[in-house]
Amino acid sequence: MSKLNEHHPSKFHGIWALTKRELKKWLKEPIILLMAILQPVLWMGLFGKAMNIGNMFSSGSFSNISIPNITLPGYLVSPPYTSGNITIPSAILTQGFQQMFADPNFAPNVMRNIFGVGDYFSYMSVGMISFIVMFTTMFSGMSIVWDRRLGFLNKVLSTPVSRGAIIFSKVLNASLRSMFQATIILALAVLFGLQVSSTFSPIYILAVYAAIFLLCLGLSSVFLAVALRSTKWETQMAIVNLINLPLMFASNTFFPISQMPSWIQAIAQVNPISYLTDAIRRLTVMEFNASAVMFDFTFLGIFAVVFSFIGIALSWRYLTK
Amino acid sequence: MSEEIIKAEGLTKVFNKHLTAVDHVNFSVKHGEVFGFLGPNGAGKTTTINMLITIMKPTEGKASVLGFDIAKQDNNVRNVIGVVPQEYTADEDLTGLENVLLCSDLYGIPRHIAKERAMELLKLVELTDFKDKKVQTYSGGMRRRLELACGLINRPKILFLDEPTLGLDVQTRVASWDYIRKLKKEFGMTLFMTTHYLEEADALCDRVAIIDHGKIVVVGTPEELKHSLGGDIITLSIKEDPDVTELIRSVEHVKEVKKEDGSYRIKAEYGEVTAPFVIEALRRKGYTVTKLMLTEPTLNEVYLEYTGRSMRDTEESREAFRAQRMTMRRARA
Repeated sequence: MSKLNEHHPSKFHGIWALTKRELKKWLKEPIILLMAILQPVLWMGLFGKAMNIGNMFSSGSFSNISIPNITLPGYLVSPPYTSGNITIPSAILTQGFQQMFADPNFAPNVMRNIFGVGDYFSYMSVGMISFIVMFTTMFSGMSIVWDRRLGFLNKVLSTPVSRGAIIFSKVLNASLRSMFQATIILALAVLFGLQVSSTFSPIYILAVYAAIFLLCLGLSSVFLAVALRSTKWETQMAIVNLINLPLMFASNTFFPISQMPSWIQAIAQVNPISYLTDAIRRLTVMEFNASAVMFDFTFLGIFAVVFSFIGIALSWRYLTK
Repeated sequence: MSEEIIKAEGLTKVFNKHLTAVDHVNFSVKHGEVFGFLGPNGAGKTTTINMLITIMKPTEGKASVLGFDIAKQDNNVRNVIGVVPQEYTADEDLTGLENVLLCSDLYGIPRHIAKERAMELLKLVELTDFKDKKVQTYSGGMRRRLELACGLINRPKILFLDEPTLGLDVQTRVASWDYIRKLKKEFGMTLFMTTHYLEEADALCDRVAIIDHGKIVVVGTPEELKHSLGGDIITLSIKEDPDVTELIRSVEHVKEVKKEDGSYRIKAEYGEVTAPFVIEALRRKGYTVTKLMLTEPTLNEVYLEYTGRSMRDTEESREAFRAQRMTMRRARA
């Protein structure tokens, strides 16, 4: 080999060349980036802002609900020798409730109990990162359908670039794009009112990138293997459309898993999207909890290893047929 | 020079276990020659080339390129060959120069060498003025030339050209031939090309293999092949219905007569002398010759002779061609 190619390329020389091609194409079409960013931004703006779930837990929500008088047997109230019943009038109870609602910490506390985050916008806007990772990996898989149809894939296959480099460059491309887009989404979310937790430290952003990379690795390997086998991009499109909704909603992206019916819970608990979202949430908007984050990373790591192994093995078999 | 640079023995490719695209093919290509694979669409030309350029594994048989086994030493093969595919594979969103540099990256050529070489090649294919324009804006001929530049970036010992002039108009096609001739002359490169244009094979190739239904029917220089027909071809039609094959055959110097679609295809050693005798013989029996054509053999005749089909019959409309190609592609996938 060294005699045949006087330049002694490393085994992975093609990875960067192919990744650079994709990134160049991507940067030359800023409209694609804009569209990719716009969709989660619309979700954030409309879905995240339309319904202020935290506001449900304020006195206004209970204005028409009358609290009855409460009558208690007298012996429950000291002194013990009192006989007969004691009635607490509804007015007093209502006042008590209203005092509770008036406390500015009440609604955030309820939200924290359900969502783990004080406000819904912070909860869902972080989920948009998973959203963008999912779409980017799917479309990156699809791009290989075009490469094949246009003959580019065959041309690359006839050069000394290793087959692994062809596959890995697609994965790398999806990861880099996802990270870049995630950064923009996070910045926009902060601008729109995302509240980072008190434990947040800028260094955690690196961990966020690592989590994104793991999910990209697993997801894009799978989509790539599927894309290599479907000869039409229409098929890919149909698959993407079919699975993106269940993947998003059967996860903790929009609502907490604990509030779901058990059958959705079962899906959400194996859905890797849930783990990326959870990891990012714990790193940014929730109170940092090392063991929970470790658990998320372990799951994402196993997912990445297993699925990229399956995906790469399948793609490899296809490319070396 | 008679060094065998490509050698195929019993090379076979079967798709989906039943579609035999290439059927036990044997041939060899000598150093420095232009070797042409000639055949209609779907004859197995592209499949053969795909096996030789190592993007497909043969089902059976073996082949070597510069002594390297295409199945076992595929990476060695990839380093010494250049490929100009049938399709326009250049990236539309990138410029011509960026495309050539991308190709050079795929071979791991360091940037400083690659830049120099890319400029050289772009000059060779006369694209220097367009190097910074997006490929989107290129014409068909320019794209072909760009593909050629990409295929040459690693200074290959053998260049594979798959239908190098497919879809080009006549002028552009003839211009492309000049580039191919230039390559042969200036670089002494061995070229392996496929084509379904007979005049292209005749104009460019030192040797031609005619392939049909996945099998090589005949190999030789265009001259040899034409000569092997053993004479000129007289095509004639008569006004009357009866079959006069036997009558024509009895004329002196007539070697063979075939009736095809109401006309007779006569092979004769000295066509210009024999033709009047044939007319005379027919007239004496009361037949009237309505049409007569005398042709010196071309590759078209050779093709017809060996495949029993006219090349024209196999060149269907563009749509049919596309459909056929899609079917092949699906089968390959």
